[in-house]
Order: sequence, then C-alpha cells, then structure tokens
Amino acid sequence: MKSFRNHFSLIIALFSILFSIQVFMIVDRSISAYKQNLAKNYTVIVVSQKKLSKQKFLGINKLISKVDELSADSVIKRLSSGMNNKNIKLLKLSLPKFYKISLFYYPSSKELKSLRKDLLRNKYITKIEDFSFNHDTTYKLLLLFKGVVSVFAIVVLIVTTLLIFKELKIWQYKHNERMSIMGLFGAATWLRSAVLFRLAIVDALISTLLALVTFIYISVSPWILKQFEYIGIKVIIFNNVSDFLILLATATFISMFLVLLIVLGHKEEV
Amino acid sequence: MDKVIIAKNLSLSYSNDETIINKATFSINAGSFVFITGTSGSGKSTLLKSLFGALKPKQGSLVVGGVELNSVSNKRLNFLRRHVGIVFQDYKLVKEWTIEKNIMLPLIINGYDKNVANSQVDKLLKHVRLSHQAGKYPKELSGGEQQRVAMARALSHNPILILADEPTGNLDDYSSQLIWNLLEGASEQLNTTIIVVTHNIPQSMSIDYKHFHIEYGSIHEVI
Repeated sequence: MKSFRNHFSLIIALFSILFSIQVFMIVDRSISAYKQNLAKNYTVIVVSQKKLSKQKFLGINKLISKVDELSADSVIKRLSSGMNNKNIKLLKLSLPKFYKISLFYYPSSKELKSLRKDLLRNKYITKIEDFSFNHDTTYKLLLLFKGVVSVFAIVVLIVTTLLIFKELKIWQYKHNERMSIMGLFGAATWLRSAVLFRLAIVDALISTLLALVTFIYISVSPWILKQFEYIGIKVIIFNNVSDFLILLATATFISMFLVLLIVLGHKEEV
Repeated sequence: MDKVIIAKNLSLSYSNDETIINKATFSINAGSFVFITGTSGSGKSTLLKSLFGALKPKQGSLVVGGVELNSVSNKRLNFLRRHVGIVFQDYKLVKEWTIEKNIMLPLIINGYDKNVANSQVDKLLKHVRLSHQAGKYPKELSGGEQQRVAMARALSHNPILILADEPTGNLDDYSSQLIWNLLEGASEQLNTTIIVVTHNIPQSMSIDYKHFHIEYGSIHEVI
C-alpha cells in the first residue's frame, strides 16, 4: 500500500507536468489556427490615385498574398442620381482606385507598421486603412493569453519537479540500504540503482498513458469541440503519435534525470 | 606463499579524529584462517572495514588481493569486493528480498548463469539447513537463521577472502557450530582466506589458525 502511494505521488506529479505541457501545446495550436482565421478575414484597404497592377502590389511587401480592386460602381450609383452619362463618366475617371489587400498570415503590430510604410512609399497611394486599432487589440489579447498559459505551465513544471524530487528522496531513503548492501558485494552503480531506474521508467510510462487517455477523452468531448466550433477553428487536441512521443520523452527525461541526481548523491553506509 | 593482505605502517581513523589503528604492519597468507581479537572499541571492526575498502587508510599502505586500497578507483574497488565475501554482525540482508535472492546476490553481481546460480543457492541452503525457509523474508527468521543466510551469501561465489565480523555474536550453540563448520570447510576445501573478528576463539577449532590481537591501536600476532 505504501509502495503504491509512492508510485501514485510520482505518477500524479508527472501527469501534472504532462497535462500542463499538452494544454500549452493546445493553446499554441489554437492561437495559430485563430491567427490563420483572422488572416483570412483581415484585409487592408488601399486608396491609389492611379491604377496599380497586381504585380506592383506583390512587389511592395512579402506579406501581400492577394490584391482585389474594389469596384467604384456602388459609389457612383449613390452619387449619380440626376447626373447625365457624360458627368458620370467624368466622375468615374476622377474617383481614386480602391484596392483590397489580403495577407499571407495575421501580422504582428510591427509587421503591419512596416507594411503601411512600404505601401506609402508608392507615390500614388494616398490612403491606407489597416484597422490597426482592432488588429492590435486582438493581437495583444492573443499574446497575453499565450503568455498567461506559458507562465502557468512553467509554474506547474517547477512545483511538480520539486515534488518529484522530494518523492525520489523518499525512494532514495527506502532503497539506500539495498543499494549499500549491493555495493558491499561489488555491484556497479547501474546495477545498484537498476530498481530506481526501472521504477522511474514504469511511472513515466504510466503517467504518459494516463495523459493519453485524458486527452483522447478531451479531444472527443462534445463540449470541448463545441467551444472550438464557436471560435470557428479546428485544432488537433491530441496527436496520438507525435504528442504521445513528446509527452513520453518529457516524462522519461524528467524522472530519469532526477533518479540520476539521487544515484550520484548516494553515499555508502556500512 | 602468496600474500592476500599486506599492511605497512597502516593507520586508520574516522574523519581525522583519534587514530584507532596506529602504524600497523602485518601480512596474511592466502588460504590462512585468521582470528582478530581485542576488547570492545579496540578497532577490530574498523580494521575489517578497511580490508574491503569501506574505510580508507589515513597513513601507510594497504593491499588486499593485489588491490592498493589507499587510492583505489570505484571500478577497482568493485572488482575486489566481487571476490570477497563479507559477514556482518547485523547480517545486512536485503529486507525486501527472499532468503534465496539474498544468497544469490553475489552470484547476480558476478554474472553467474541463472541455472548455475540456482543450483549453488540450493546447495548452500542445504549446508546452512535452511532449504525449507528459501522463500521467506529475513524478518521471518530468527537471528541465528539470518546469520546462517549471511554466511551462505558470503560463500556463494567462492570468494578468495571471507571477512566475518563477530559472526557468532549472539547466536545459539547450534547456529554458532554450523557457522564455524562452514568457515572451516571453506578454508580446507576451497583454500579460502578467512579473517574472523571475534571476542572469543572457539575451543572446537579443528584447523590451524593465526591469531592477531589489537590493543591500544597496535596489532600483534599471538603465538
């Protein structure tokens, strides 16, 4: 029972680390997907005194993926009541050209400023509407969210690593006598500590499997899927192969590293 | 005759405190049976500890089985210990292992084949009259039985040297006699060098032995 409790505490501590890492990865993926979504709906409006070719626009900045000229017909329609055809033609000629620019991805505030600067370098471009206030607010909110999750993940990592270390100290105390006796008969360090390493590997595997089950459950949970649907994004919550391997490697590395510290700190008792 | 132990001006102490063994010079031939006696606190166990590298010499030199123990690497020390059998006063059995596995420990460490190891353990269990207790754990045995297990473990890998610290300390006559018989047998049949730290040399010894006595930090042979 006591041994089970020892295992349980290490498994739970490792599971907490894995959980926070996976949550961080989900948030990161969600933000990327959301940024992709924003990029699809985000356009910059450019007003030019002269017609500019698509190639010209694409050469201005690498961020620009697509350029569409906005039709002036709707503006003319509103202004043309009571005007004869000749005047309408003149109005059409005097109106500036409107372009809608799409971007490859949702830019940072810095990138947006740089895009604006590049566009204004063209002498025919007189006005740009980049909706920067809305853009900045959304972008900063995303960054804040990511920052908070990162801090949360780091704190969980530190606290649980300390807990694991304490747990392994108890293991060391428990296994010290056996390790010392084995040492008296000439057992090499790896043989003396084989049990500790075996326990660490087993616990790392169990905690990873626990995380696998938890995230598979989360990834098919209707409530969670609905939340992503509301935001309008599709995110892989848990990749059964790559995520599993990342978590297994993390759990194994942490537990093995701590066992190694204990083994190196072991002192023979006679 | 080959010397298994050579000590020259050997001084021993714990962390620079009072010197327990002071400039002792002695040697022990291979295959000898040696008793080390002395009053309580005279340094018998301390000397024994130094012979398997648990305590490094403060001064002088100590060579055991060809291994210089003054500045020995862990690898070399492990090598020496694999060829030594140790019997402690407090048995030092692994509590969470069965009697069988405890006896098998030196065989596992020395990389014996599993079948060979099993048959060796069976043979030793018979010698120490504990075959019926093989699957039990140390806490389920009496002190005498535990000491017999410790003795079987020390003999299991046919070591070149057996170091025994008060092996019959608090044992009943039956267990004590069994242990002396085993030690005598190992000395006679396997030519194992045996060093026993004790308060009293048994009257029933049937083989030749040497006797060293420790007094006020110095070691002298009793003839």
